[in-house]
This record gives sequence, C-alpha cells and structure tokens, in this order.
Amino acid sequence: MVRKTARSSPSATTGDTARNRRSTVPLTIGSGLLGLAVWVLLANSGIQGFPGPLEVAERAVASIGDGTLFGDLFASLRRVLTGFVLGIALAVPVGFLMGWYAPVRGLIEPWLQFFRMVPPLAIIPLAIVLMGIGETPKIFVIFLASFLSSVVSTFQGVVSVDSTLINAARVLGAKDRRVFTGVVVPASTPFILVGMRIGLGASWATVVAAELLAAQEGLGYRMQQAQLYYDLPTIFVQLIVIGLVGLLMDRLLLLAERRLTSWQERR
Amino acid sequence: MSPVIPNAVTPEPATPKIEFRDVSHSFDLGGETFAALDHVSLDIAEGEFVTVVGPSGCGKSTLMNITAGLLDPQSGEVLVDGQPVRGPSPQRGVIFQQYALFPWMTVRKNVEFGLKIAGVNAEERRRTAERFIDMVGLSDFADALPKTLSGGMKQRCAIARAYAVDPTILLMDEPFGALDALTRVQLQDRLLDTWSRERRTVLFITHDVDEAVYLANRVIVMAARPGRVHRVIDVDLPYPRTEDMRLSPEFAELRREVWHSVYHQPSPIERTSP
Ligand SMILES: Nc1ncnc2c1ncn2[C@@H]1O[C@H](COP(=O)(O)OP(=O)(O)OP(=O)(O)O)[C@@H](O)[C@H]1O
Ligand SMILES: [Mg+2]
Repeated sequence: MVRKTARSSPSATTGDTARNRRSTVPLTIGSGLLGLAVWVLLANSGIQGFPGPLEVAERAVASIGDGTLFGDLFASLRRVLTGFVLGIALAVPVGFLMGWYAPVRGLIEPWLQFFRMVPPLAIIPLAIVLMGIGETPKIFVIFLASFLSSVVSTFQGVVSVDSTLINAARVLGAKDRRVFTGVVVPASTPFILVGMRIGLGASWATVVAAELLAAQEGLGYRMQQAQLYYDLPTIFVQLIVIGLVGLLMDRLLLLAERRLTSWQERR
Repeated sequence: MSPVIPNAVTPEPATPKIEFRDVSHSFDLGGETFAALDHVSLDIAEGEFVTVVGPSGCGKSTLMNITAGLLDPQSGEVLVDGQPVRGPSPQRGVIFQQYALFPWMTVRKNVEFGLKIAGVNAEERRRTAERFIDMVGLSDFADALPKTLSGGMKQRCAIARAYAVDPTILLMDEPFGALDALTRVQLQDRLLDTWSRERRTVLFITHDVDEAVYLANRVIVMAARPGRVHRVIDVDLPYPRTEDMRLSPEFAELRREVWHSVYHQPSPIERTSP
C-alpha cells in the first residue's frame, strides 16, 4: 500500500486548505474525547488487567521520571534516523542514475522490484545471522526499508520531468550538467520528498518491529519486556509514544514538503 | 521523384539567415514509418518575419524542433548563417506553446536563467532581466512564481526569457495559441513592435490564418502526409500593421488566399515503402 502512493502525483498528497483545516478542529477534539470515553468504558468493563487512562498516565510519568521512556525513545530514534538517512543518501543518487541512464535502470530495476516484494522484516533473521545481534542488523533493515520505498519515487520523479522544460533549458544554452542540476533536480524534488515521507513511515514501522525481535533497549524492546510480565500500562505508554512520535515526524516532513514545493500548481 | 512545388524556393540575393536544404524526417510508429517532413527546402532572409500555417500534424513543430537543434533531421540539413545546425544554441531563441517556464523560479529567475548559463555576472544579469521584464510589462510581477500568472503573462515572461539572451533568430511554435482573442492581438502588436525595431529573424508557427497574414512578410503554407511546403504567399502590406489594415480589402484577399491553400490541400502522396 505504501508503494501505490509513491506512483501517484505528489501534488495529491498536499490538499486541505486553511478553511478545511479549521472546520475539522472541533471534530478532531470531539473524536479524541470520544476515544477516551470508549477507553474508560473498556477499562471498566472488567477485561483482565485492562488499564484505564489514569493508570497509563501514571505509568508514563513514572517512566519519564526514571529515564527509561526517553532512553528508549532516544535509542529507537537513533536507529531510525541513522538507517533512514543512510537509505535516503543512497536512494536519491541511485534514483537519479536510474532515471537519467537507461542501462542503469535496466540493471537495477529487476532487483528493486524483487526486494520491494520482500518485507524488510523478513530480512531480519538473515541480517542477525550475518551481522550479529548488535545495532548493525537493525540499522541495516531500516536502511533497506527507507531505501526501497524512496528510490522508486525518486526515479519516478526524474522520469516524469516535463521534456519541454528540458528543451527550454537546452535552447537557452544549458548543457547536460546544467540541465540536470537546474531542471531535473528541482523538478523531481516533490517526488523525492514524497518518497522520504513514505520511507520515514516505513523506517518507523520497521524499527519497532525489529526491536520486538532483538534489542536491549528501545520502545519495541520495552513492550516486549512488558509483555513477559503482563504489564499492560507500559505497553499502552509505548504504543501511544510510538504513534505520537510517528505522527510528529510525518507532520514535520509534510511541512518541509509544503515549503519546498510551494511553487507547484495545485489543481 | 520529388514533387514539383511552385515557389518553394524563393531566390534571395544575400546568404539566407536560415536555409532548409531538402530536409526530411520520419517517425517510427511501431514498424511503420511516418513521413513528418518530406524534402522541405526554404530560404529565410535576415530580418524576415515568416509565418508557417498548415493542417494539424503536417510537421510544423517538427520543422521548428529541427531548426532549434532539438531534433536531428534524417536527411538534408538546416543552415543558419551558412553553418549547419548542430544542437541547440542560445542564438536561436525558442518560445513554446506551453510556455515552458520553470515553475520553481520567479519571473526574474526565469528571465535570468539563460544569462546565468552564459556566465553573465549577477549585477548585469539583474539589470538585463529588469529591462526585458519591463519590456513585456511584468515589472510588478518580477518576484511572482509562474503559478500565480495568467496564460498571457506566462507567455510574456517566456518571451522576455527568450529575448534576454539576445538571440538573432526567434522560433515561435503557436505561442499565442492558448490565449484569448484580445490578449492574442495585444501580444501580436507588441511582437511586431519589437520586431520592427530590432529586426530579428522570426519563424512563427500558427494555425490561425488571420495571425499568419497579419504578422508576416511571407506565409508558408504546408501540406500534410507527408509534411511539405505547399505554397509560399508574399504579404505585401506595409509595416507598421494596424487594426484598420485587418479590415482592408487587401488583407481580406490575402487571408482568403491563405485560407484557400490551407483548406484545399493537395491529396496525400501515397509513399511506396520499401
Ligand atoms: N515523437 C514522435 N513520435 C512519433 N511521431 C511523431 C512524433 N512527433 C511528431 N510525430 C508525428 O509527426 C507528425 C508531425 O508532427 P508535428 O508535431 O510536427 O505536427 P504539427 O504540424 O506541429 O501539428 P499541430 O498543428 O497539431 O501542432 C504528426 O503526424 C505526428 O503524429
Ligand atoms: Mg505543433
């Protein structure tokens, strides 16, 4: 599902106008309150060990207090960002090369298509066997996840650059290098940014799952530990933090995307 | 074997500015070849304003792309100042129907683009750009992005961008095709105005017979399948051309003549493919 978005036009991702957003604010608040009410109801309905909001909030405060929450968050973020930055750093040049040189595309595309069909998590057992149980396999898997999801959209961006713009640059005297830096790169930034957002989402999902399998710290690891002790409040705290941080990172990139591509005509 | 085309080559005393010598080009359409241009020969003199009309698909854009150096003809050649065209050059400015402005650049940055490539320093770039932005009446929009401009303003920006690098030839492919009638007439008059002052050689493609006659020294009428020069019609109206002239009987007569040769075309030549 992640890949489909990469193929569609990037302008589709940036829609809602200011008016639209304002009118959804009360609904968003209402929806939050409703969710809270459902949660309280569920907690009171007598499901074994199901914690209420208060209990979870207390646990959150406690784990902030003893430093575990931020320690875990920091560990997870470090993995994600390292893997993500490495993935993007490779995906952008590879995507450009594939779009610019047909033979490069021919050589790389079959492998991309193949590995896109293998969920990054399925690589974990192999990565652990080959790279041990340290940070390397986890970062590698995140690197893979972000690379695969953003390389395709970078490549799509380069391929879909309007040839009239390239011709316009050439008749003004631009040679290949200038056409590339002056036209192809800026024209494909919207696609690259969409790829980065998808890549970050994929990285975040992957890190948590990777930590569930093998780690000594991190949000996923903490949940895994809590599961062993039937510690539901901790699991809730971790889930909420994972969701909030993921949301925050996505919004940040969306903001960057809006700023950097405000020149686009939106229909 | 080539068909006899009356008036296809108008003899010019001096070296022509642009010379088409037996230019042919065909496209490969899934095994079948489609002759977009067939033995086009034509001379355009320095400072001449030539318009090209013809039915859709007769190879007008192909002819322009070849002249611009964006497309290599399969046979024959195009000479500019006696030199064969090899690739695009800022000496031949091109104005595209779809404006082709860089959407991430402001009007000013668009106009400065060619100067930057030519290595002009920032200060002079800015001054030159200012002058041409002023010329097309976009001073108030110099820092606007293309997405905020109307079609006519975009095309004026594209014209300023082409002029800024000081080309000796302007190639225009249906530049006003997408504009409303009023804007089109205004831009035609502006174009003629600058042309009569600076006398650049202009090759102007259009599908509008009125426009073709109003602007040109000479109208080239092309025929389709294969694309070739069908007729060359001299327009003996004096410059400056005025609104009144559009209503004159001479204008009406010329328009009728061009109209007639566009719409009563010779039948397609069936080519025997090898
Ligand atoms: N890249 C291409 N590949 C295949 N065929 C092409 C290509 N470009 C043009 N043609 C064909 O060559 C013929 C001439 O095209 P061209 O664009 O020069 O026509 P035109 O006279 O500019 O038409 P219009 O008035 O519609 O712009 C057309 O029939 C078109 O189908
Ligand atoms: Mg055309």
